[in-house]
Amino acid sequence: MTDSPTVRFLTAGGAFEPTPGAEEYASYLERIGETELRRFYRDMAVVRRFDQEGTNLQRQGQMALWVPSHGQEGAQVGSAYAARPQDHIFPSYREHAVGLVRGIDVLAIVELLRGNTHGGWDPTDPSNGNFHGYCLVIGSHSLHATGYAMGLQRDGLVGTGDPEVDSAVLAYFGDGATSQGDVSEAFVFSASSQTPNVFFLQNNHWAISVPVTVQSRTPLYLRSRGFGVPSVQIDGNDVLASYAVTAKHLDEARAGHGPQFIEALTYRVGAHTSSDDPTKYADQAQHDLWVSRDPIIRLEKYLRSLGEGDAFFAEVAAEAEDFAADIRHRTLALTPPDKALIFDNVYSEPHPVVTEQKQWLERYEASFDTSPEASSVTKEQA
Amino acid sequence: MSTETTLDELPMAKALNAGLRQALADDPKVLLMGEDIGPLGGVFRVTEGLQAEFGKERVVDTPLAESGIIGTAIGLALRGYRPVCEIQFDGFIYPGFDQITSQLAKLTNRGGGAFSMPVVIRVPYGGHIGAVEHHQESPEAYFAHTPGLRLVSPSTPNDAYWMIQEAIASNDPVMFFEPKSRYWPKGPVDFTASAAPLHASRIVRTGTDVTLVGHGAMVSVLLQAAEVAQGEGVSVEVVDLRSLSPVDYGPILDSVTKTGRIVVAQEASGFVSVGSEIAATVAERAFYSLEAPVLRVSGFDTPFPPAKLETLFLPDADRVLEAVDRAMAY
Ligand SMILES: Cc1ncc(C[n+]2csc(CCOP(=O)(O)OP(=O)(O)O)c2C)c(N)n1
Ligand SMILES: [Mg+2]
Repeated sequence: MTDSPTVRFLTAGGAFEPTPGAEEYASYLERIGETELRRFYRDMAVVRRFDQEGTNLQRQGQMALWVPSHGQEGAQVGSAYAARPQDHIFPSYREHAVGLVRGIDVLAIVELLRGNTHGGWDPTDPSNGNFHGYCLVIGSHSLHATGYAMGLQRDGLVGTGDPEVDSAVLAYFGDGATSQGDVSEAFVFSASSQTPNVFFLQNNHWAISVPVTVQSRTPLYLRSRGFGVPSVQIDGNDVLASYAVTAKHLDEARAGHGPQFIEALTYRVGAHTSSDDPTKYADQAQHDLWVSRDPIIRLEKYLRSLGEGDAFFAEVAAEAEDFAADIRHRTLALTPPDKALIFDNVYSEPHPVVTEQKQWLERYEASFDTSPEASSVTKEQA
Repeated sequence: MSTETTLDELPMAKALNAGLRQALADDPKVLLMGEDIGPLGGVFRVTEGLQAEFGKERVVDTPLAESGIIGTAIGLALRGYRPVCEIQFDGFIYPGFDQITSQLAKLTNRGGGAFSMPVVIRVPYGGHIGAVEHHQESPEAYFAHTPGLRLVSPSTPNDAYWMIQEAIASNDPVMFFEPKSRYWPKGPVDFTASAAPLHASRIVRTGTDVTLVGHGAMVSVLLQAAEVAQGEGVSVEVVDLRSLSPVDYGPILDSVTKTGRIVVAQEASGFVSVGSEIAATVAERAFYSLEAPVLRVSGFDTPFPPAKLETLFLPDADRVLEAVDRAMAY
């Protein structure tokens, strides 16, 4: 662990100029070629468009809430691609790009924010890429990620030397979350048990309206060190830095070298959520500065410098449009959830109170049904 | 009795804002603390403009940690301050649960009365706003069960304006539950005098056949139900609890002595709830007046469901009327 100057490969202008801190990570870029770079670009662009569509759909009344990911695609896509299939991901609630890379159908995020479900995807279904559920209680899941990593250790899935077997857990949270006791406890527990955890902080500079300076007077990557968790700060809008640094530390975690903390400096370009009003607190100069560091434009410039031409970017733009159109189409086709959802799965095993109340609601609802078939049912209560 | 000119039509959020402004102006020891309560004015704008008016020392945007907010409020109270904490949403109070139940609630007792704990915890609570998980809960029973805490919940802008000031003036910890679905509807606020003491329950509609009891947003549902029942020839009396701990049983028992029938309604799950406690007490103390069993109407004993199902979970006027019908059938 060095006294980490920020790791960056690509400048805001898209030039490949690694910082001194990037040196020890450079070899991890050898794992990816232009195919992967194009994939990074494609996913970032698609998620940007998905996010825009989410905002549109929310405004049109299709969702109660939208949580924008705009601006954070570089941090998310790079780190997500660094994870191996057997790794597990514990997101907070803004990691739409990570979900996409791991293979969930992101319509599930729409369903969640629409109020159709509290979950949306099954993290035990391998097709969902071990992408666990969104967690809306700030910081909580950092401990779940730690416990899950403890389980991997106990199952002998860490440090075997077999790259197909060794597994790690990647957990995402925000700058505001670092103030929660749970996150400090996650550092304590993961250091104590030397768990295979990588904690990935997206410091987007705001916790709703509260600037990161209220959460910490020192750079946040330093936070974990006193707990015994080594750390590094990266330019989170450089997808290459995000990929390489996460890849290295996940490798180390899988090898049994214990937890690591990554602080990705990024920016929440949009509102906190569709319910938020940043005009009350936002800093225009800061906003503009970060927009000029956009992760997608940065990679586009780099790809163009490598010889990529208009055709590719036009193709990606069209793909993003199709993706958004498909989401829109399927959102408009969503039906209301079944009322059984209120009662089902409250417990794994039958529960008399829940059973009784479910039946009561059936009878109660039927009592309002005035159709001839239902006329024998009276508004009664057993 | 106030004159027309002293009445202002305000939404509850603005009435609370006015009450907080008055409390800050009246006592330099009062301070507000919470997440996003400064420039943003809180996610419900209850503290809008207060930081600009009273400064960052009196209206504090805290780090994002509920245990920290309540724990430091306890320290400030020990030092003679009167902190008013805002919890952003009902479902986010639990990281502060230990500080509330093990410390805030017990410190006065542990200290043998040498000091008091004048801390207010404001909690926007309840459903009807179509929000995602953790944003529509009614956790009041956890706290009502904890000796050492006082719990109140206004149902009108006028009560909100006065009760927040009375809560801040109290030397005990007060959990102040704000029915968030009622933040926006306007109602009259009389700035000249409080309508009732902080812990008084109040009859808000008189009737002779059935007594309905509720608090917070439920009160408007009960009034709706009463209106419908009236049309069906049933005369309903409605009691607004206002205080959940202690409960002021006087008006409730007087009412049920008159009507002989009572339905207690709440958004919270029914099992071991405020409604359970009131039902038990009424059964104990008004047994010979009862013409029908004490009935409860509650949220189901399930987690608050996804927003698209909330109208099935939350008791509405029809669910209340169903219970009224059952009570009347005896
Ligand atoms: C325990 C808890 N308290 C409060 C909230 C309300 N809340 C939702 S998001 C948020 C800010 C989170 O900021 P940060 O951790 O930086 O993540 P970001 O939203 O910026 O991605 C707050 C206060 C919550 N969800 N959970
Ligand atoms: Mg943030």
